[in-house]
Amino acid sequence: MPRPDVLALTDRGLYCAAGDFYVDPWRPVARSIVTHGHADHARPLAEHALAAVGNEQILQRRLGGRSFECVPFHETRRIGDALVSLHPAGHILGSAQVRVEVAGEVWVVSGDYKRAADPTCPPFEPVRCHTFITESTFGLPLYRWPDTDLVVDDVIAWHQRCLQDGQSAVLLCYALGKSQRLLKALFDRGHAGPYVLHGALKPLVEAYREAGVVLPPTWSVQEATAGGFLRQALVLAPPSAAGSPWLKRFHPASLALASGWMLLRGARRRRALDRGFVLSDHADWPGLVDSILETGASRVLVTHGSQQAMVRYLVEQHGLDAAPLATPFTGEAGAEADDEVVDAEAAGIAGATLQGADAEDDVVALKVEA
Amino acid sequence: MRRFAELFQRLDETNKTSAKKQALVDYFNAAPPEDAAWAVAFLTGDRPKRVVPTKVLVDVVLARAQIPQWLFDECAEQVGDMSEALALLLPIDDTATAPPSLTTMIETRLLPLAKLDAADAAAAVEASWAMLDARERLVWNKLLGGSFRVGVAKGVVVQALAQVANLDTGVIAARLTGTVEKSAAGFKALVAKDGDVDAVAAFDPARPYPFFLASPIPGAHPKELGAVDDFVIEQKWDGIRAQLVVRDLDGDKKIWLWSRGEEEVSAAFPDVVAAAQTLPVGTVLDGELLAWQRGVDDGGVRSFNDLQQRLNRKKPSAKLLEDIPCRLLAYDLLELDGVDLRPLPVSERRRRLEEVARTAGVLVSPLATSATWEGLDELWRNSRTHGAEGLMLKRKDSPYRAGRVRGDWWKWKVAPLSVDCVLVYAQKGSGRRAGLYSDYTFAVWNKPPPDLGSDDDGSDGEPRQLVTFAKAYSGLTDEELKKVDAFIKRHTTERFGPVRAVEPSIVVELGFEGIAESTRHKSGLAVRFPRILRLREDKTPADADSVDTLRALLDLPS
Repeated sequence: MPRPDVLALTDRGLYCAAGDFYVDPWRPVARSIVTHGHADHARPLAEHALAAVGNEQILQRRLGGRSFECVPFHETRRIGDALVSLHPAGHILGSAQVRVEVAGEVWVVSGDYKRAADPTCPPFEPVRCHTFITESTFGLPLYRWPDTDLVVDDVIAWHQRCLQDGQSAVLLCYALGKSQRLLKALFDRGHAGPYVLHGALKPLVEAYREAGVVLPPTWSVQEATAGGFLRQALVLAPPSAAGSPWLKRFHPASLALASGWMLLRGARRRRALDRGFVLSDHADWPGLVDSILETGASRVLVTHGSQQAMVRYLVEQHGLDAAPLATPFTGEAGAEADDEVVDAEAAGIAGATLQGADAEDDVVALKVEA
Repeated sequence: MRRFAELFQRLDETNKTSAKKQALVDYFNAAPPEDAAWAVAFLTGDRPKRVVPTKVLVDVVLARAQIPQWLFDECAEQVGDMSEALALLLPIDDTATAPPSLTTMIETRLLPLAKLDAADAAAAVEASWAMLDARERLVWNKLLGGSFRVGVAKGVVVQALAQVANLDTGVIAARLTGTVEKSAAGFKALVAKDGDVDAVAAFDPARPYPFFLASPIPGAHPKELGAVDDFVIEQKWDGIRAQLVVRDLDGDKKIWLWSRGEEEVSAAFPDVVAAAQTLPVGTVLDGELLAWQRGVDDGGVRSFNDLQQRLNRKKPSAKLLEDIPCRLLAYDLLELDGVDLRPLPVSERRRRLEEVARTAGVLVSPLATSATWEGLDELWRNSRTHGAEGLMLKRKDSPYRAGRVRGDWWKWKVAPLSVDCVLVYAQKGSGRRAGLYSDYTFAVWNKPPPDLGSDDDGSDGEPRQLVTFAKAYSGLTDEELKKVDAFIKRHTTERFGPVRAVEPSIVVELGFEGIAESTRHKSGLAVRFPRILRLREDKTPADADSVDTLRALLDLPS
């Protein structure tokens, strides 16, 4: 006899009936658990939200004053008839997987996750479960990330080359997660910057500092201009800054983007970027497959990304009971965050302009409301 | 190989012409001359054909990456570039050491592959991959697949070589026309000072001159270009631009025919070559390759469709030669008695051409004369009835320049044929359009809409159907491309492998140059040079044209 589902998909989001709560809902609900602070996951839609420690400052900004509580990783809470605990997902600061146990049946919602080292958050921990709900943003075997240190060294070399050529170095990266990870990794590799931040990045860099992540000193454009070192700086900006008038002040500039999509030449050429650095906060193909297998789950539900390919691979090659989770998260691998942000903006979703820019590919969820 | 892969990456990573040129200069200065010769060949499109079937490469990768074929196909579709997909899926091999030079890789590893059977070729390819890192593999795969291309215009290569050689770009452009010998001597000859006779003599006598290309007139009418009397005016023929080269090869007169793509096509056009036997050694003609009426030299021009049947044959049969004879209609004389005439004004070259043509019996494109621009309007408008697509306007005092240089030569084309049609299938593109649904199939209705003023709605009780007639991908702006891509992703009705059937909704105005009966598409028609003129967001699929509209165009002489 099949065991009952712990979580079910509703038009408001993933719902746990036993505990009467939602995970990352996209419509107004009473109670939610938030996997992480990216705009499409952490929406100000629940009367009360639960998230992992590390999210305090981020959620204060994201949830617009709504009530939320941050709990330590691994601490089990009873919510109704469900036992709930949060486990590190390694995606960004405070990102968590949600473990839900009901009558001995264990489900884990991965949220977004990665396996590569990230000095700004604790690493992903595999959690044994019966059913694993996984993302699959980069769910094709061609996606294999190079070593992060090598990528960071490439960024440093590029910045130095820009200095020699008399060009400004402008590095586009998502405002929440990627930019802080880059700042820390660059600093840890001994690169002194100086680092200049686009206005959209500043509050989130501050949020990381307040959470205790040690980051190098950063300056605003105005401060760097006054200090006379703007042209020597490594400038970090959200991807939405590409093509904006804001960029003009850096001319002549070399424009780069740090993203997993940069693995493909087509993605870089289409954006007319000078450089692409392959750096993602999502798991690559080996990372996804290893993580899925390490959970020991016999059933795997695959959400956004290369869903169909991942499902077929798990069924055919690993004999798992896998299926796509028919969420509205149909973010097609190859669809790029910026395009989706444009959609969200066009749909008039409040806050999408700033927040969407850092939500990487899964901003597609915003389209649900469009 | 490493240096060449670095060059590829530098060229690929920037859109700035100055940066591309600098990358080339750095490469040509550093590379051994034989490597540089190969590089010049690859960069100017003169590359070996595919030496090993793609399937052989794919099978090796499937085995090495331990993935099934369908998953490979998914990846290849995502990447939009077979060479890149293969490189990305190969297991990363940290043992790669500095690989041999480009020349060694080409001559000892690439060219010999063509002679191997599949199993030996697979083993040889695997051995070559083992020597290369991921970046080098991408370039190597492109070379293996005969598909090497990188975003650099030939003109930029010419500029870089001119800088390296400290020579005029015109000199380099002339030396680059035709084929470059892939050897150290070949490269040295390319960049040699003019006085270095030995090096210059290493050039192939077959080589043509770089073609001078005309630009579309600015605006709708050529009046603003100046006085009509300042121009040499003739029909813009709807054939293939070609140069006929008559030179001495080891003491014998030899004739070569080059198409505009700088491809040697002499063997495909023995009739054109035979007709030129009367020309003296040291003659180069520029003209239009055209299909010709049978039997009579003054019989006139036939359609491009007829010419196309000849183009498809490397070695035409006697029957085809008889059915579709071809001729070169000359309009310029670039060399006479071995002397380069290109600096002379076109009016003077034209005068000499007519002299040569008279003695040698060569066909010359007739001139159009008129005292006013208005006097040309009728000829221009009726171009298609003469087998032309407009008029050519060449400033009388213009020299024969190299490449597309605006200002002296203009083409005044009649409006392209066009219809409104509906996007019905889409496939992801490659290169700059990789990952985007950018290759489209278009359809028109199989019959016209019911006539509202008549009792008989003409429908025979059957609803109208969309039938395909063309594939096209060019002509959309990046913004439009994104919009259409997003629409396709959300309105897919069916998938056939990489192809998606799309809900009929997007109407475009599709331009084309000609139309012919064809079994390729459901409509029974196919068009030539289809391209998207614009999105017709003001129209719904019901407003699209029908097969009748296309068939009416079929009757136009073209």
